Amino acid sequence: MIRKLLLAATLLASAPAALAQHVAITGARVVTNTTQGVIENGTVVINNGRIVSVGTGAAPSGATVVDAKGKWVTPGLFAAFSRVGLAEIPSEDPANDISAGGSKFQAALHAADSFNPDDTAIDVSRIEGFTRAAIVGAPSGGLFGGYAAIVDFSGAFNSIDTREAFMLAELGEGGAAAAGGSRAAAWHWLLTAIDDAKAYPRGFEDDGEGDLLIRKEAVALKPVVEGRVPLMVEVHRAADILQLLTLRQREPRIKLIILGATEGWRVAEQIAAASVPVIVNPLANLPDRFEILAATLENAGRLSAAGVTVAFADPGNASHNTRLIQQLAGNAVANGMPWEDAFKAITSVPAAMYGRADLGVLRTSATADVVIWDGDPLELMSSPDAVYIDGVGMPMVSRQTKLRDRYMQVNEEKPQAYERQ
Amino acid sequence: MKPMATRVAYPRDPYPSTYRPLPAEDVFIRNATVFDGLGGMIERGAVLIQGGKISAIGSEAAMTMPAGIKAIDAAGKWVTPGIIDIHSHLGAYPSPGIEAHQDGNEVSGPVTAEVWVEHSIWPHDPGFTRAMAGGITAMQVLPGSANLFGGRGVIIKNVPARTAQGMKFPGAPYTLKMACGENPKRVYGYGGGRFPGGAPFSRMGNVAGYRDAWQKATEYKRKWDKYEADFDAWERKAKSAAPVGGEKGEDPKDPPSAPDRNLELDTLMGVLDGDILVQQHCYRADEMAQIIDLSKEFGYKISAFHHGVEAYKIADMLGTNGICGALWADWWGFKAEAYDGIRENIPLVHKAQNGCAIVHSDDAYGIQRLNQEAAKALADGNKAGLSISKAEAWTWLSRNPAKALGILDKTGTLEPGKNADVVIWSGDPFSSYTRADLVFVDGAVTWDRANVDSQPVVDFELGQPGEGDVK
Repeated sequence: MIRKLLLAATLLASAPAALAQHVAITGARVVTNTTQGVIENGTVVINNGRIVSVGTGAAPSGATVVDAKGKWVTPGLFAAFSRVGLAEIPSEDPANDISAGGSKFQAALHAADSFNPDDTAIDVSRIEGFTRAAIVGAPSGGLFGGYAAIVDFSGAFNSIDTREAFMLAELGEGGAAAAGGSRAAAWHWLLTAIDDAKAYPRGFEDDGEGDLLIRKEAVALKPVVEGRVPLMVEVHRAADILQLLTLRQREPRIKLIILGATEGWRVAEQIAAASVPVIVNPLANLPDRFEILAATLENAGRLSAAGVTVAFADPGNASHNTRLIQQLAGNAVANGMPWEDAFKAITSVPAAMYGRADLGVLRTSATADVVIWDGDPLELMSSPDAVYIDGVGMPMVSRQTKLRDRYMQVNEEKPQAYERQ
Repeated sequence: MKPMATRVAYPRDPYPSTYRPLPAEDVFIRNATVFDGLGGMIERGAVLIQGGKISAIGSEAAMTMPAGIKAIDAAGKWVTPGIIDIHSHLGAYPSPGIEAHQDGNEVSGPVTAEVWVEHSIWPHDPGFTRAMAGGITAMQVLPGSANLFGGRGVIIKNVPARTAQGMKFPGAPYTLKMACGENPKRVYGYGGGRFPGGAPFSRMGNVAGYRDAWQKATEYKRKWDKYEADFDAWERKAKSAAPVGGEKGEDPKDPPSAPDRNLELDTLMGVLDGDILVQQHCYRADEMAQIIDLSKEFGYKISAFHHGVEAYKIADMLGTNGICGALWADWWGFKAEAYDGIRENIPLVHKAQNGCAIVHSDDAYGIQRLNQEAAKALADGNKAGLSISKAEAWTWLSRNPAKALGILDKTGTLEPGKNADVVIWSGDPFSSYTRADLVFVDGAVTWDRANVDSQPVVDFELGQPGEGDVK
């Protein structure tokens, strides 16, 4: 028992979150995502969880110097759309909190209340350079998927930054199915929900219900209809996108974000004119559904060239392989998007989309989420050497690296189970 | 005199390949970085394609360009064998993935060895052309993994055709899809009564199901072997002995009668005869070890374990038993049996004694960039200290799948005499930024990134938004 307690105390003492670090990373190619652009042989100084300076100066005295000559230093990657921490094993219901079809609440649900900072996919994502993510549940039993949270990938108990980053809803084929069978039904559902929320508490006095929503759901949507929290709508077909954009006139206060936009390139100018940012999967190029017949690998680049604000994610691969967002960005470059824009699409753009101008950039006073890479971060063969979250160096270990280390040799005298990793 | 009775025999290839190579011209690809597919790399290399075959490969300085031949200057480019995806469902689960297109799994029972996936293939699946753009020259299309025995797989060339027969790889063997673990027990035992069959409910039920089927196949084969032997004997006797006239219905004069045909057991017997190659979906290491013993119990060979998320735990056993691991670079965690996935799985299987690692997709998106999947696995393996070259890693994409599919004598490497299944890449194929520029199957260009006339558009896409766009 005493040994156990001692061990626990040791672990606690060495927990990274306890350490405030003063670090100067020197000699690297620094991608700032600011007007400073890319700095060769740059120095990034971190102290007390913040970036102190970004430039070419010498390391200040008192800072621990990390020599990153020949390396790349970038802001930590920010997953624009993720489900890390919501499902340890998606196929096992008790280990899956992504959706709640059996609940009478949908819009009122907060992913933050399901988030598990001990989820093994957190370490797995972090050691590939991801420091933060917007995580959200999935719609089930209606159009709304509830509130997304912004979390960091430190694995600490206090790793939830924001409980209400955006509200998720779906239209298109998925929305039609959820609303009773047609796009018309889904659109009417969305507008009625908005009207209910706007009117609340008017109209709810008698039976506690609006035309569509129960009281708590209307309350939950209030910040959305008042424009305090963005509404992210998944939609793919060009015509569906245009219909969604009509909401800008009807509801000018609502801050829209489009998720999917697989046919977005066909209406790129309209999206740009409406100033609505999009989250796309640059690899979605199959006519997998009738709503994405015009899918092309050039969607991301064309949207970006038209002036649309573009971030990347693959909602279909959002829990265990959120880390593949890096590969999405590299392929966007291969298909015509400038490198700088593709990199911002997985760092500063999603951060800013959710009102976090302190993330995804390396500039004085920004939050010190920093990654040191052994090469171009959009190259598949590059990987992080070090990851800092809030200025603290993170362990570069996951359950996967432990399994790897255990089985590097298989023909040993004693069974693997006796090996401590 | 009575006519000689004929032996009962069924056609072994009743749905034969009608594949014909596309029009091709001889080409000399020069000034390239060449991966030969055997693990070697040639700087300033050249590949000579004549008559649809590789006729020479080597350092350009040591080769002579035939007079009058078309030359392709591949400066700054890489040349490799075409990628072979050993695990695809294209055509059987085509795009769009509507209900009417769900033709990949005959879920009517846990043992459906009688179905042949080629009978489900829709040649107009847009996924085929997307895979072309990714340098895929051949693939194995498999039935899904609901069943213990899912049915026969088929090896096809990635060329546009009007029929599945028009894509079938001439001379390639048939394969058999089998599946371990969670899928069969979930679909049958816990299928909520939607499917007939009941069993299996458990992994031990899975194994009992395999054993029961293999035992039946063993007995079926015994009957056919006996019939063949009896017929041989009867034939010898009938030929040598003077014909006996007059009497009827006497044993010595009548040929032995053939066993009843059973289409399910035909396929399993083909495995026991060594003609059909087993492709076994299996995630967990302990289960793969059980399946290896199963194969020994009934005397057949497993060609490859597919998915094998835990293959790294038994990489030595796979090598010892000559079984390839057809694996993902980094898929993991979506179900319990995929929970222990690691990014070094492929390189660890590669590094084992006699190791045979394969990068596979099982996915209409993944098949479009298997080179990138190899790159990720290679980087992680090397970061863990395994020191594998890019040229060696290319064996995961062409030679090893060709070997596990029984077509290595025809394709999979750039060796003289083999089919000219070749890709010219815009740069290092292990880079995110590289694309396939030119893809050759049997020396004919199936895909040319610079020429829309060599970018096929399938029927489904005609008249639709996005027709002929960059895919």
